[in-house]
Amino acid sequence: MARNYRFLRVVVLLTAIFCGGAAMVEAAGPPIRLGVAGAHSGDLASYGLPSLNAARLVVKDINAKGGVMGRQIEILAEDDVCKPEIATNTATKLISEKADIVMGHICSGATKAAIGIYNDARMIVISPSATNPELTQSGKYPNFFRTIAADDAQAMQEVDFAVKVLKLKKLAVIHDKGDYGKGLAEFAKAFVEKSEGAELVLYEGVTPGAVDYSAIVQKIKRSGAEGVIFGGYHPEASKIVSQMRKKGMKTVFISDDGVKDETFIKVAGQYAEGVYASGPKDTSKNPLTKAAIEAHKKEYGSEPGAFFLNAYAATLAALNAIDKAGSTDFDQMAKALRRESVDTPLGMVCFDERGDAIGVGFAMYVVKDGVYQEVL
Amino acid sequence: MEYFLELFFSGLTRGSIYALIALGYTMVYGIIGLINFAHGEIYMIGAFTALIAASLLTIWGVNQIAVLVLSGLAAMVWAAAYGFTVEKIAYRPLRHAPRLSPLISAIGMSIFLQNYVLLSQTPDFVPFPALIPDFPWLEPYRSIIGSSDLIILVSTAVVMVLLTMLIKYTRIGKAMRATAQDKQMALLLGIDVNRVVSLTFVLGSALAAIGGVLIASHIGQINFAIGFLAGIKAFTAAVLGGIGSVPGAVLGSLLLGWTESFATGYISSDYEDVFAFALLVLVLIFRPAGLLGRRHNQKV
Amino acid sequence: MLAELKKAIGVAAWFMFLTLPILAVKVNAIEQTVAWRWTNLALVGGAAFLLTLVGAFFVRYRPQLTTHWPDLSGLGLARFKGWLLALIALFAAVFPALFSSYQINIMTSALMYAVLGLGLNIVVGLAGLLDLGYVAFYAVGAYSYALLNYHFGLGFWGCLPIGGVLAALFGIVLGFPVLRLRGDYLAIVTLGFGEIIRLVLENWNAFSFGPSGIANIPRPGLFGLALPVDEAICYTYYLVLLLGLLTIFVVNRLRDSRIGRAWIALREDEIACQAMGIDKTRTKLTAFALGASWAGLVGVMFAAKTTFINPASFTFQESAIILAIVVLGGMGSTVGVVIAALIFILLPEYLRAFADYRMLLFGAIMVGGMVFRPQGIIGNVRRSYKFPEQGTGHD
Repeated sequence: MARNYRFLRVVVLLTAIFCGGAAMVEAAGPPIRLGVAGAHSGDLASYGLPSLNAARLVVKDINAKGGVMGRQIEILAEDDVCKPEIATNTATKLISEKADIVMGHICSGATKAAIGIYNDARMIVISPSATNPELTQSGKYPNFFRTIAADDAQAMQEVDFAVKVLKLKKLAVIHDKGDYGKGLAEFAKAFVEKSEGAELVLYEGVTPGAVDYSAIVQKIKRSGAEGVIFGGYHPEASKIVSQMRKKGMKTVFISDDGVKDETFIKVAGQYAEGVYASGPKDTSKNPLTKAAIEAHKKEYGSEPGAFFLNAYAATLAALNAIDKAGSTDFDQMAKALRRESVDTPLGMVCFDERGDAIGVGFAMYVVKDGVYQEVL
Repeated sequence: MEYFLELFFSGLTRGSIYALIALGYTMVYGIIGLINFAHGEIYMIGAFTALIAASLLTIWGVNQIAVLVLSGLAAMVWAAAYGFTVEKIAYRPLRHAPRLSPLISAIGMSIFLQNYVLLSQTPDFVPFPALIPDFPWLEPYRSIIGSSDLIILVSTAVVMVLLTMLIKYTRIGKAMRATAQDKQMALLLGIDVNRVVSLTFVLGSALAAIGGVLIASHIGQINFAIGFLAGIKAFTAAVLGGIGSVPGAVLGSLLLGWTESFATGYISSDYEDVFAFALLVLVLIFRPAGLLGRRHNQKV
Repeated sequence: MLAELKKAIGVAAWFMFLTLPILAVKVNAIEQTVAWRWTNLALVGGAAFLLTLVGAFFVRYRPQLTTHWPDLSGLGLARFKGWLLALIALFAAVFPALFSSYQINIMTSALMYAVLGLGLNIVVGLAGLLDLGYVAFYAVGAYSYALLNYHFGLGFWGCLPIGGVLAALFGIVLGFPVLRLRGDYLAIVTLGFGEIIRLVLENWNAFSFGPSGIANIPRPGLFGLALPVDEAICYTYYLVLLLGLLTIFVVNRLRDSRIGRAWIALREDEIACQAMGIDKTRTKLTAFALGASWAGLVGVMFAAKTTFINPASFTFQESAIILAIVVLGGMGSTVGVVIAALIFILLPEYLRAFADYRMLLFGAIMVGGMVFRPQGIIGNVRRSYKFPEQGTGHD
C-alpha cells in the first residue's frame, strides 16, 4: 500500500515536470488555445473589451468544470485595434502561436482582412460582431461563423419597419462613410427603392468627427423626408438627432445596432427620445443571459458592454464544437458547429451552411423614458 | 432663398468654429514659423477641462451662469498652461534645429496628448452639458440659427476684434510683431523673445479653449480624438487666409465653412472635404501665400 | 544644489497643477459621482521631481553628455563597416529561419516602411519639398494592384511596374500645381491632396468599392506556384528585402547623379539654383515622380502582403509616420532612415507589453528623439571631396 502510494507520487511529480503548471489541475493533454482577437485598446476598445471579458468568463467557468475533453482552455488575447493592416498581423500571430480556434474579430473590416489568412491556415473563426454580409454570403470562407445577423438582414428589418409599421412615404438614408455604416446604408437604399409605397429622397454620407452637421440637417429637412435611416455609430447619430431636434424637426430617426447602445442615450439625452434602433433580440429573460450578466457584474463590477452576449455565445459554441468533435481538427469542428446546437444566452445556437447563426436575428427598439424598449 | 440662408448660417457657424482654432495656429506660425500640430489637442484638453469643471460645479450646486463662466475660465487657464508647457518641452529646445524637427516633435506631442486623455479619462464619447442656455426670443428663427450658433458667432467676432487690437495697440502686441519680423533684431532691441513666444502660446491656447468649450457645448459630446479633424480643418483655413495673418485666418475659416456647407447643401456631403481641399489648392495656385498673406520677396 | 532642489519642487508643483483636472478628477456627470485620484497626482509630482533632479545632475556633472552627443559616424565604425554589413546581411538572410511567421510579418512591414522612408527621403530629404500627403501614392500603388487584379486578373509581377508608373504619374499631377508653392504652403496642399485621394476612394463605390475595401488580393506568385501561408510570408519578406536593397542602391546612385546634385542645390537655395541654370520645374517634378514611384511599388507589395486593402489604411497618420521616419532618421541619410523605420514600426509592436500605454510612449519617444537628436539619428553628412596627396586627378 505504502509502495503504491509512493509510485503515485512519482507519477504525479513526473507529470508536473513534463506538463509544467498546467499539470496542477488534472489535465489530459496540453491546453486548448482559444484565440480572442478584437480591439482591446484604442478608441474602439469599448466594442472589443466586452467580448474579451465574455471569453474570460466562459473559459473560467468551463475550466472550473474540468475543461473540454479533459483539457484546460487557455486564452490568447490579441489586439487588432480594429485596423485591417494590424488584423493581418494579429491573425498571423495567432496562427504561429497555434491557436486551435479563434473568437473574433470585432470589426468587419479587420475581420475581412484577416479571414483569408485564417482560411489559408485552416483555422475556424467565430465572430461575435462582424456583420458584413459578404463574409458568409460570398461562400469563400468555409472557416467563418458568426453569432450575429448580417447587415442586410438588419437593413431589411429597418426598412420594413419604416415602410410597413410606421407607414413612412419619403425616406432619407444617411451614413457615416464607414465600412459598417455605408455597407448597411447601401442595403437600406436598395430595399427602399424596391419597396412599395416608399420613395428614397436623399442618400448621403456625412464626415465622422465633423464639428457641425447643420448643413446636412437642413438638407434632410428640404428633402421632405418623413424618416431618416442612419447607418453608422452612435457619436454621429446623436449629433445629427440633436441638431435635427434643436431645429424643431420631428423627422423619425431609425438607426442600427451601432446606435443601440446605452452611450447613445447618455450622450443625446432628451433628444434620444423616440429614436428607433434595430438590435439583437432581447434575450434578457433567458436564464443563461441572467447568469452571464451576473457573472460579469461580480467579476468586473459593471454592466457588460456591446456584443457581450454574442461573444459569450460564440465562445460557448466554439468550445462546444471542440467537445462534440472530440478533436481540434478543422473539418470535424466545422461539422460540429453546423450540426450541434448549444444552449447560449442567445438561445439554442447552431450554424447554417454559410456560417450564419440560425435563429439569431434583430428586433426593433425605441428609446422611451431614457431606455431602449423593444417595439412590439 | 430660405434654404440658401439656412446653409449660409450653417456655414457661418462652422466657419466661426474653425476660426477660433485657426487663430491660434496663425499666431504661432506668425511668430516662430511652426505648424503646431498639437494645437488641436490643446483645444480638446480645453473642452475636457471645461467638462470636468462644469460637472464638478453642477454637483456642488453652483448656478448655471456661474458654471458657464467658471468652467470656461478653467478651460482657458489649463489650456494655456498646457500650451505653455508643450512649447517649453517640445519646441523651445528645437528653436535652432532643422526646420522639420519641431514639426515631428509636434506630431509626437499630439499623439502623446491624445493618449494621455484617453488613458486618464475615457476612450468613449462623453456627453457635454449644454452650457449655453436656449434663448426664448430666438425661438421663431431656430430653424435658421440656434442660440449656440449665435453665441459662437458673437464670440468669434469679439475675440477677433480684441486680438487685432492687442496686436496693433499694446506693447506686447508690438513685441509680437517685432519678433515675428526678425527674432534676432528683436532680441537686440531688448525684447525677451522667449517670453513673447510663451505668451503667444498661452494666448493661442486660451483661444483654442474658448473654441473647445463653445463647440463642445454646441455639439453636445466630446472624446479624446475631436482635436484631430478640427485641427486639420483649422490649419487649412489658416493657410487659405494666409498663415500668420489674423484677419486672414478668420476669412479663410469662413470661406472654408461656406464651401463645406454649400457643397453639402447643393451638391453632396459625400465630397464636402474634397471641395474644401480643392478650394485650398485653387486659391494657393493663384495666390501662393493665401488670400491675405504677404508674399515675401525671395532674396539670395 | 539647493537651487536645483527648489527648481525640482517648482516643476513638480507645476506638473501637478497641470494634470489636476484631467488625471486626478474623473466625473460621471450622469450619476453625479466624482472620483478623486490623488495617487495619480502624487505619481506625476514624484516623477517630475525626480526627472528634474536627474536632469539637473546631468547638466551639472556630465555636460558632455547632453551637449556633445556622441557622433555615430566618428565611432570608428568605418573600420568595421564591411564586417558589420556582412553581419547584417547574414542576419537579414536567415531571419525567416530563426523567427516565427508573426515576427517575419512585422519585419516585412518594417522593411516596407524603410522603403517608403527612402522614397520620401528623395522628396523631403534631398529636394527639400515638404510632403505631408505621401501616403496618397502608396494608396495609388495598392489600389492599382487590387483593381487591376480584380477586373483584369493581372498578376503581382505585372502590376508592380504599373503601380510604380501610375504613382509617378500622380506625383507629376500633384507636382504641377504646387510648383510655385514653398515650404509650409506646399505641406498643406500635399496634405489636402492625400486626403482627396483617400476621400475619393472612400466615396466612389463604383470605382474602388468604397470603405468596405477589396479582399482576396493574391499574394505574390512564384512561377505559378501556390504557396502555403507560412512560405508566402517568407517569400514576401525576401521580396521586400530585395526591393529595399534595390532602393538603397538606386537612391545612393541618384544622390550622386546630376539630378541628385540638382535636388540638393534646390533644397539649399532655390533662387541661386535657378541662377546656376538648373531647370527648376523639371528638377522638382522628377523628385515628386521618383519619390512617388517608390511609394507605388511598396503599395503593390502592401496589397499583396495583407491581401486586403481599404481606404482606412491610407490616412494622414500614415503620412506623418513616414515623415517622422525620414526626419528622425536624419534627412538625406539612407542608414538613418532604415534604422528609424525599424524603430518606428517594431517599437509599437514590441511595446504591446505596455498595452494601453504604447501609443503614449510612442508619442513621447517621438518628442524625446527630436529634442535630444534634432538632426536625426544620423545627421546629414555632407559629401566632401578630398584631394589625394599626389593628385592623380580622380577619386
